[in-house]
Amino acid sequence: MVERAGRALLSRRRRELLLGAVVLALLAALPLGVSGAYLRGLIVLALLYAGLSQAWNILGGYCGQISLGHALYFGIGAYTSALLFTRAGLSPFIGMFAGGLLSGLSAFLVGIPCFRLSGHYYAIATIVIGMMAALLASNWDFINAAQGITIPFHGEAWRNLQFRTAVLPFHYVMLVYAALMWLIAWVIEGSRWGFYWRAVKDDVTAARSLGVSIYPSKLAAAAISGAATGIGGALYAQYVGFIDPESAFDLSLSVLIALPAVVGGIGTLWGPLLGAAVLIPVQQLSVAWFGSAAGGIDLMVYGALIMVLALSRPEGLVSFFHGRARQEAVDHG
Amino acid sequence: MPISETAIAADRPLLSTRHLRAYYRGLVALHGIDLDVGAGEIVAVVGANGAGKSTLLRAIAGQVARSGEIMFDGIALANLPAYRICRLGIALVPEGRRLFPRLSVEDNLRLGAYARRGPERFRPLELVFELFPRLQERLTQRAELLSGGEQQMLAIGRALMTSPRLLMLDEPSQGLMPRLVDDIFAAITQIRARGVTVLIVEQRLAEALAIADRAYVVQTGRIVLQGSAREIAENAEVRRAYLGM
Repeated sequence: MVERAGRALLSRRRRELLLGAVVLALLAALPLGVSGAYLRGLIVLALLYAGLSQAWNILGGYCGQISLGHALYFGIGAYTSALLFTRAGLSPFIGMFAGGLLSGLSAFLVGIPCFRLSGHYYAIATIVIGMMAALLASNWDFINAAQGITIPFHGEAWRNLQFRTAVLPFHYVMLVYAALMWLIAWVIEGSRWGFYWRAVKDDVTAARSLGVSIYPSKLAAAAISGAATGIGGALYAQYVGFIDPESAFDLSLSVLIALPAVVGGIGTLWGPLLGAAVLIPVQQLSVAWFGSAAGGIDLMVYGALIMVLALSRPEGLVSFFHGRARQEAVDHG
Repeated sequence: MPISETAIAADRPLLSTRHLRAYYRGLVALHGIDLDVGAGEIVAVVGANGAGKSTLLRAIAGQVARSGEIMFDGIALANLPAYRICRLGIALVPEGRRLFPRLSVEDNLRLGAYARRGPERFRPLELVFELFPRLQERLTQRAELLSGGEQQMLAIGRALMTSPRLLMLDEPSQGLMPRLVDDIFAAITQIRARGVTVLIVEQRLAEALAIADRAYVVQTGRIVLQGSAREIAENAEVRRAYLGM
């Protein structure tokens, strides 16, 4: 009986992995059907945000700790990598590792006081800490304060993660990042920690009575989520070639990191990717089409879309695919 | 005011509380409870609504502020957090079941198993499926889609997955049809037969006293009566005075 239950779980997990591989192959082939730097750039951004939002999803989705300060970890990752590259000449791969480590550590340290708060108070605390970090970054001369850092071009090469003439390499860089984040979430879903986090999210009291230690669980989720976000920040810095406090620490960035997971399906494997696939193109296109018109029309279009999605699919875009499975379960219940 | 002193099954009780006080929302909910549960016993805690029965279980499980002494197999529990108490082998099936509604039956059971380390942690699954075969049929279904009876089975099954030595059940019959209540109580008897000690809080007195070895009657946070389950069930005066039967 035990083996049977184990096998059922294994086959479900294998199906998910297989689907993941198919989606990865399709996304790898996507540039073949898309021409034009603008569209390709749009896909690169969507992939980056799919990865970032999946990183956020580890803490916000699986563990249920809604953070609206993830720009802090993004910014730390971006600045660490950029500073190591520009001042010490270190490879962005080392910068990415160092940035991820620092971001993870920061998320852990932020969690120590903030996880003593519960519910909305945690979300509010993360907003405040994020805003404080943005203010600090804007006034800290060591990191060029509000002027930001321009990343010098060291030649078109994979080791520098710099490509001036083509968008295509960054398509694959961001695809690897998004795929890695998806894989981390997949591993987490089947692990003891993943179960602990979902228990913490649903019912802290019940989780405690099953031997779950709440505080360390939240800290672990925060550290992993922060580190994963920091790596995304480092990739962004190399992609754009310039970072400043507004692009790396702003509150709106924290919202943008969280939104794809929320709209796509919070706490799900596919939600962040689906959300990013819809939201990032709409956001970019609404800026392109309406941005120059009367102030704020692009934001109104973007906001209206989020409202429609939230009202029609409160469980996220993934519920389009889950609806049938659930109905079957009810029919057999 | 005990009507008799009943010897505890073991020389040294598996669980004992002395002068246990518990606090709920700033108020004292338990006023110095002395309770013993011997290894292999089924002990029932009965009493009217609001008497403090559930608070007693939650105090033992470390889920409410408490003071006094709680000993479990020689280990003092009073200062331990809830997760450590669970890992020592005390499982609580809380009132209202408190399942994880969006997780499947399988995942709810799996969560219980993670209280233990190593490959042996899934061994209790055999007992769970033997007691509640319906759960095996519903493995992939979300917990929120189960019937009330199945949810109670899952709550007990999830607690058993932690491999407890002491299983504490808070109103396991709540909201169930009489036929299902019989099934649940039969399962509790079988659980004890497998060597798991049971402490049960229940408002269905006849059923609880029928399966229990001993019982405590709780009123306004104090034990007002203790004895063998049969003595308490058969004493007409006691039933009238304390139990409203």
